[in-house]
Amino acid sequence: MRLEAKPAPTLAVTLLFPLAAIVATLLLVSLLVLAAGASPFSVFYLVARGAAGSQFALLETLTRATPLIFTGLAVAVAFRAKLWNIGAEAQLYIGGVLTVVLGTGALPLPSAILIPVLMAAAMAAGALLLLGPAVLKTRFGVDEVVTTLLLNFIVLLFVSMLLEGVLKDPMGLGWPQSQKVVAEAQLPRLIQGKRLHLGFVIAIIAAVVVWIVTKKTKLGYEMRAVGHNPEGARFVGIPVNLVLMKTALLSGGLAALAGFSEVSGLKGNLTLDLSAGYGYTGIVVAMLAMLNPLGVIASAIFVAGIFVGADAMSRAAKVPSYIADVMVATSLLTMVVAILLTRYRIRWR
Amino acid sequence: MDALEILFTASFWVAVIRIASPLIFATMGELICERAGVLNLGIEGIMTVGAFAGWFTVYSGGDLWAGVLVAALAGALFGLLHATLTVPLGLSQHVVGIGVTLLATSLTYFTYRLALPEVTSPPKIEPFQPLAIPGLSNIPVLGEALFTQTPLTYLAFLAVVLVTWVLYRTPVGLAVRAAGENPSAVEAQGISVTGIRMGAVVAGSALMAVGGAFLTMSAFNSFFFQMINGRGWICIALVVFGSWRPGKALVGAILFAAFDAYQIRLQQISGGIVPYQVFLMMPYALSILALILVARRTTYPKALMIPYQKGER
Repeated sequence: MRLEAKPAPTLAVTLLFPLAAIVATLLLVSLLVLAAGASPFSVFYLVARGAAGSQFALLETLTRATPLIFTGLAVAVAFRAKLWNIGAEAQLYIGGVLTVVLGTGALPLPSAILIPVLMAAAMAAGALLLLGPAVLKTRFGVDEVVTTLLLNFIVLLFVSMLLEGVLKDPMGLGWPQSQKVVAEAQLPRLIQGKRLHLGFVIAIIAAVVVWIVTKKTKLGYEMRAVGHNPEGARFVGIPVNLVLMKTALLSGGLAALAGFSEVSGLKGNLTLDLSAGYGYTGIVVAMLAMLNPLGVIASAIFVAGIFVGADAMSRAAKVPSYIADVMVATSLLTMVVAILLTRYRIRWR
Repeated sequence: MDALEILFTASFWVAVIRIASPLIFATMGELICERAGVLNLGIEGIMTVGAFAGWFTVYSGGDLWAGVLVAALAGALFGLLHATLTVPLGLSQHVVGIGVTLLATSLTYFTYRLALPEVTSPPKIEPFQPLAIPGLSNIPVLGEALFTQTPLTYLAFLAVVLVTWVLYRTPVGLAVRAAGENPSAVEAQGISVTGIRMGAVVAGSALMAVGGAFLTMSAFNSFFFQMINGRGWICIALVVFGSWRPGKALVGAILFAAFDAYQIRLQQISGGIVPYQVFLMMPYALSILALILVARRTTYPKALMIPYQKGER
């Protein structure tokens, strides 16, 4: 068999294939649901209801989508330039660390100044964390996939060390957790008494900003050129290594904002379960969005809905909530196949 | 005990070889894939599947060796998925690899929860027992370290010999190496690059899964979540460190294991002055350091990560 390039797909086709990917995912996951002795229809219904069936469910989904928008953007930006940042998890945690280091009373500032300062500090830390692997890639040719993956483990241990050491909350009854950030460092809730917070709005703004940067600026053009064909980019005078560094700074900074927003908007303090694998899920979010920054918003809400809905479902039906992880992973693989099929047709001989 | 004395005890080296065993299996598996031109980032998930499949077979009443076989088959299945997507379809090996790891891991956790909904502490099995080789195991330190291990460890060393022999002494091995260096030359010989690469990924993935199974069936006796804990990623670093050669990669795995075993013992005698997390970080930091050290002088298989399309040049 071989692949044959097709003419550029129409918008309808482009949108049809991701839909087909989702249908294929649902069919495959149905088999697992059947194996678990439940009815796929009722399980999917329960997932959908748990994700969007009430105001509470919908707000919960948007709350869960917030960190995923940030990590999804981080991955989308990096992958577009073929910088394989699999370390969003580590960058997220470093963002959380900076937020509690500076946000627990070290800076006596009013909210309007303190929050931007915390955001900038978190972004700087995340950016620097990814700059390391980017420099190793460009200077020494060390594959950034492995270094960013290994850094996830190192950073999580580092956070664990801080939470049992200098950052440990003296009032925390011995739990490895930090103190709560001061009131001025907290992002306000969007609706009184609900968990959805300003971080969601910041995430949407970030997505728009990233969209503008990637589509409308010289840097965005250079990033796409480097990702598409680094040799060609170098040939036409694009400073490939510099572009990769800038990409790394942007990507690492975005992922760190997820940590800032979770601490400042939702949890209030730093713990070792700040992220439920949001860094890794960000890869799926970015791929489902076909690396489009605005698409990331939609795909993050979709993926968050699966997780929130599956939690609700597993309490009602006897199907483990890990079905959500399976669905998300399966949709990543069906999606890359779908994208391929919009561009190529398979000839069997 | 003195920090240096540790290095001269037999129990230390017994532990080193035990810690190295799963890494040896998985490193050989990854090495085969990469020599054929395919980076397999599914390794972490495939090891998880292997760890669960082997353990669960024995837990359900199967024989230990049946467990190893089931683990290998489960690994091969995920290898086939990876290979189908990356070889004939030529999809990004990075994205597919991460996808396979996410899928394999989540499917394992789903199956575990489905099969054992009520358990709070993971059930134990009767694992492989050490099998002293008569005579050889009486040699002080070295003999004890190498020849008082479980049968799976002996299998790991056998795997290195087998992989080396196949890669360098058989026509299949020549085709695998050529598929990773110059695939058009393989096709010119009338051999299918697609077939060779897919075969390498399937076989390599089976080995990775046996590496995972070592953990639940030989090193420990039960399955728990996140037990692979980055070992797969470390094996990818070991393949680079070993310059894609089985012998060098074996040395790398043993060096790494020695370091790992040593940090555990240092942790015990350090008396808590240094936070234990610093010791736990070392294996990952060491892997990054090793990559940096060898980066300048390694030569990647030239066609690594480059999809091959028949008739394209």
